[in-house]
Amino acid sequence: MTQKILTTRMEEHPSDSHTLARYLDTGGYATLHKALADMSPDDVAAEVKASNLRGRGGASFPTGVKWGFLPEDTRPRYLVINADESEPGTFKDRLLLERDPHQLLEGIALSAYALDVQRAFVYVRGEYSKAARRLQRAIDEAYEGGYLGAGIAGSEFSLDVTLHLGAGAYICGEETALLSSLEGQRGEPRIKPPFPAIEGLYSMPTIVNNVETISNVPWIIANGGFAFASIGPTTSAGTRLMSLSGHVATPGDYEIVLGLTWRDLIYDVGGGIRDDRPLKAWVPGGASAPWFVPETHLDTLVTIDDIAANGSMIGSGAVIVMDDTTNVVAAAHRLVKFFAHESCGQCTPCREGTTWLERILDRILTGQGRRDDLDLLLDVSDNISPGLVWPPAMTTICPLGPSATAPIVSIMRYFRDEVEAMIPVEEGSLVAREEVLLG
Amino acid sequence: MADGSVTITLDGVDIEVEAGQRLIDALCDAGTDIPRFCYDRRMDPVGLCRMCLVEVEFPRGMALVPSCTSVVRDGMVVDTRSNVVTKAEEGVIEFLLINHPLDCPTCDKGGECPLQDQAFAYGPGESRYVEAKRRWEKPIPISDLILLDRERCILCALCTRFSDEVSGDPLIEFKGRGNHLQVITFPDEPYASYFSGNTVQLCPVGALTAKPYRFKARPWDLEAAESVSFVDSVQPRTSVQASAGNVVRIYGVDVGASNQGWLSDKDRFIYEHIASPERVTTPLVRDEAGFREATWDEAIRLVADRLAEYKGSEVAGLGGARSTNEDAYAFGKFLRTVVVTAHLDAQLDDGLAADFAAAVTPRATFGDIDEAATILLWGADLKEEFPVLYLRVRRAVTGLGAKLVVIHPRRTGLDDVATHKLGYRVGSGAETLAWLKSGRKKHFKGPRAALSEGPVVALVGRTGLAEDPRLAEAVAAFARDTAGAKILPLVRRGNVFGALDMGLAPDLLPGRVAVTSKEGRAALESSWGPLPIGAGKGATEILQGLSDGSIRSLLLNGADPVRDHPSPRLASDALEAAEFVVAFDMFLSDSVVHADVVLPVAGLGEVEGTATNLEGRVQKVNPIVAAPGFARPLWSILDDLAFALGADIGGGSAEIISKEIAQVAPAYADVSWFRLLPGTEGIVVPGSEGTQPLQYIPADAGLAVSNAALTLHAGRVLYDDGVMVRHSPGLAGLAPEARVYLHPADAEALTVGEGDSVVVGVDGEATLTVGIDPSLAKGTIYVPFNQRGSAALGTIGTVTITPLDSGGS
Repeated sequence: MTQKILTTRMEEHPSDSHTLARYLDTGGYATLHKALADMSPDDVAAEVKASNLRGRGGASFPTGVKWGFLPEDTRPRYLVINADESEPGTFKDRLLLERDPHQLLEGIALSAYALDVQRAFVYVRGEYSKAARRLQRAIDEAYEGGYLGAGIAGSEFSLDVTLHLGAGAYICGEETALLSSLEGQRGEPRIKPPFPAIEGLYSMPTIVNNVETISNVPWIIANGGFAFASIGPTTSAGTRLMSLSGHVATPGDYEIVLGLTWRDLIYDVGGGIRDDRPLKAWVPGGASAPWFVPETHLDTLVTIDDIAANGSMIGSGAVIVMDDTTNVVAAAHRLVKFFAHESCGQCTPCREGTTWLERILDRILTGQGRRDDLDLLLDVSDNISPGLVWPPAMTTICPLGPSATAPIVSIMRYFRDEVEAMIPVEEGSLVAREEVLLG
Repeated sequence: MADGSVTITLDGVDIEVEAGQRLIDALCDAGTDIPRFCYDRRMDPVGLCRMCLVEVEFPRGMALVPSCTSVVRDGMVVDTRSNVVTKAEEGVIEFLLINHPLDCPTCDKGGECPLQDQAFAYGPGESRYVEAKRRWEKPIPISDLILLDRERCILCALCTRFSDEVSGDPLIEFKGRGNHLQVITFPDEPYASYFSGNTVQLCPVGALTAKPYRFKARPWDLEAAESVSFVDSVQPRTSVQASAGNVVRIYGVDVGASNQGWLSDKDRFIYEHIASPERVTTPLVRDEAGFREATWDEAIRLVADRLAEYKGSEVAGLGGARSTNEDAYAFGKFLRTVVVTAHLDAQLDDGLAADFAAAVTPRATFGDIDEAATILLWGADLKEEFPVLYLRVRRAVTGLGAKLVVIHPRRTGLDDVATHKLGYRVGSGAETLAWLKSGRKKHFKGPRAALSEGPVVALVGRTGLAEDPRLAEAVAAFARDTAGAKILPLVRRGNVFGALDMGLAPDLLPGRVAVTSKEGRAALESSWGPLPIGAGKGATEILQGLSDGSIRSLLLNGADPVRDHPSPRLASDALEAAEFVVAFDMFLSDSVVHADVVLPVAGLGEVEGTATNLEGRVQKVNPIVAAPGFARPLWSILDDLAFALGADIGGGSAEIISKEIAQVAPAYADVSWFRLLPGTEGIVVPGSEGTQPLQYIPADAGLAVSNAALTLHAGRVLYDDGVMVRHSPGLAGLAPEARVYLHPADAEALTVGEGDSVVVGVDGEATLTVGIDPSLAKGTIYVPFNQRGSAALGTIGTVTITPLDSGGS
């Protein structure tokens, strides 16, 4: 299927798809006008619910269900768009922000109308300067054009949208850390419950949705929730922006309908492995996701449910492909190092455990590993994520710590022999001597 | 199931717990030990350390949750001893220890360390960590009193949350993230808090240590006695701890009622004066060359002989607000029945009218503050004068939803949380009260409306020594009669309420009985024998009497009128003029140097007895060390003096005196030491409602309204040049130099600016540096009372300011 929802405009008008003129020229904001004139907020919410749209940020939570968690009477409510895209391998929201910001803004306006929200925030990753520039420009244009601000399109509906730039912390992509950061606090996840829908930004009911999720809303309202729901597998409705990276021949963002096999995705969509080398493994859904390997997973389906059934997740749609030249210990080390670097540090297992895992992998990589380190890696991981199951159990406040265990579990499950091969065989290794010295 | 309780299943057993309770508290109350580092009942839970994880049943099965952030619900199934929980506990301990230096043998906390204890109880026993540990520069001073060792820190955030949530001075914070997360101060901003010592006590490791205690003792060498602090009349409950015969540390004790365990740094570090080399440890007698040491026999005989030369009414007694109740009682009984004088005063006209302070009704307790809808504060800047009460009020506002109305001549420590803050010009308090009563003026509408929402607690006192003391009574009358408020009278000095209750005031007999009460006198005389006839003189009249010769001898009991009386000039003159001055004291204060005989008394940590705080709560004072040299408890000195004068005041021990107090002081009938054991909340002595109707002065009847060009605000700050602070090395350096603060407009009119020197004249003169303070009302100048450099300055009289270089005004 070649159905496109999100990327049509940018493909047809690559030079100016981000401008208001082009957006209007291609039917933009007509849906907002139609909805404000003909639909009640509940009608809009009902279409989103009927669409079976699921969150594109990582957790795949049904958007309509999340919206339904808002308490009836508490005001004000806030809508916060999570544009803090920082998961290694993920670069799809950047595309939407840079190339079609008005599509997101129309989605925000429609969602805000449905949710009785008058104030929305877009929290953009600090490093995304071009995306932020284009989005701010689009916000300004939208205010000028009367698509944002007071009394939109002659209706009684008003909405203010504020762009907020992050300051370089991955953890602020976690929704409660994002809210804390937005409030001016340290970007640290909060204990849930309460969930943001009940007590979010400034302690008020707040919906936090991903850029891609909300960018789908104009199409859903224009074409009806049912039309969206009928695209692709029932529980993976709509299209999906997948970020393909690593050793594929043609890395990039691809808008696809789910339901194809991994073989199709990697070899057709991604153009196969560079230099036609053998495929060794891939990360199916962002750095936090347990890896897949060709022997087991190449002909399984790319759907939310099938990936989950195989013990991983579609996450943010980031596929990182590794060919046979990959040192899996080095790959895992790089991912663990990322999580250790990005740990906020507030809770003990993540602060201490992720760095410890990184150090053990450090030693193994530099030839100072010990035989016990293999079990130690798993047991330290187990103390962060008890049982090492998927979805992960946690001794931590948020899933960042458990995310760091996914690469370790993956290499120990599929490549244990390669890890063992890096442990020196002789007894007198540096670490062993040190242990003797320290008694 | 009882009302307000729910049933949970704890490790397979159904138990009933209080609804709404935090799970960790419910489990502990049920007798299950739940390890924790970051949880403290007195602060909001944050779930950081992950040590209190337990398994709770959810629709999808058991899951680990922190029991500190979980609230009990009916039917909750909790497992605290499953393999998953045990493994998580071992894991967290191992994680916490991988970067901990394990320098327990040289760490102050070793032996009383929650990390050490819980590592033994819940840890895996050994570490598998072979890599290098985190390194930080250590220890670094983060204030004059506190050192920080970041290598020991386990990042529980108790200290940062205390400074933010409880004390309201968030000067220590987390910085960095992940493996580089650290607790630290802001650049060039030390953790200069009046409450910093609490973080040392809270710290579950040895990361925060207090300079005065560092390396002084090991926990297993410490002996401890539960007692109360005498720094101010809040009298927070303390544990006074000694090693090898020296007090080395004071910790707060949480019995809820008095201080919830919190102390000010003054409460905590004031103990250093106990071992000061300048303590008077032997009786001193003045001869031509000055003081010389004497034996007790000689000194007692000398004092008895000299006192015998005077008529009773020619002798007066000042002080007692630093004594235990028993010592104060003995002092009063000695003066009234052995010397036979009615001139005695525990206050130095620096507080409130004795009958008001001692017997105001209805009197509030600290617990009432927690329950209040509105709190009216018109008196001290609590942060400076009643720091632990400040914490209580602050928490009531920020945590418990109370409204706070603050009326004060300048900014106060509570302004940032006050619902309404009104400033006013010192001298116009009566007008301000009239506006508050009517609520018609714009700025008074909000406060007036807030005061109509009960329950109301009114904290009233003098905003400063230059303030009309009767203003507080008028404020209290308004609050009581209009808002139905309960009253907390704010008089500061340590055991001033105990002293007043023991009758150390010209108009009060023990037990809050008016000296004019026929029945009261008769009842007391049946025990004491005849009381002196006629009205007694208060502090100012006593000093005037000494100056004009109508009073010839003075007994000073721990009082320093030269420093503390509103007119230091009057006090100095009086002491110069006095024929014979006996001082019962620990130090040669600026007043005691005028004495003819100095009798060394035992003090904090050395005496046993009781004390009464500003709620009227009686608590036990316990000794832990022996008094140095020949210093003795006051009651025993007075026993000997009475004996030498042919009398018997029935002492023998503080406990015997306490029993006599219970017999003769009606309000204290129920007070017995058996009811004041460690851990108990103390006894709030009953108010005198019905027996002592108080006559409040109405605001419009004769309160002074000053029209002077400049009026003085003589407020107190925590660290002053008082004798205790001066002899506590850790605190002495914290007392600021005296300054005079001017409103910018007044400074402009005087053509002076920040940092200039001026001569301030108020009943004396002092050369002071100018500070600019826009929070003052125009026309009010502020000179903190009793600071280095302002000792000669009085508080009552015409205020003049002369710029130093202008050659006179």
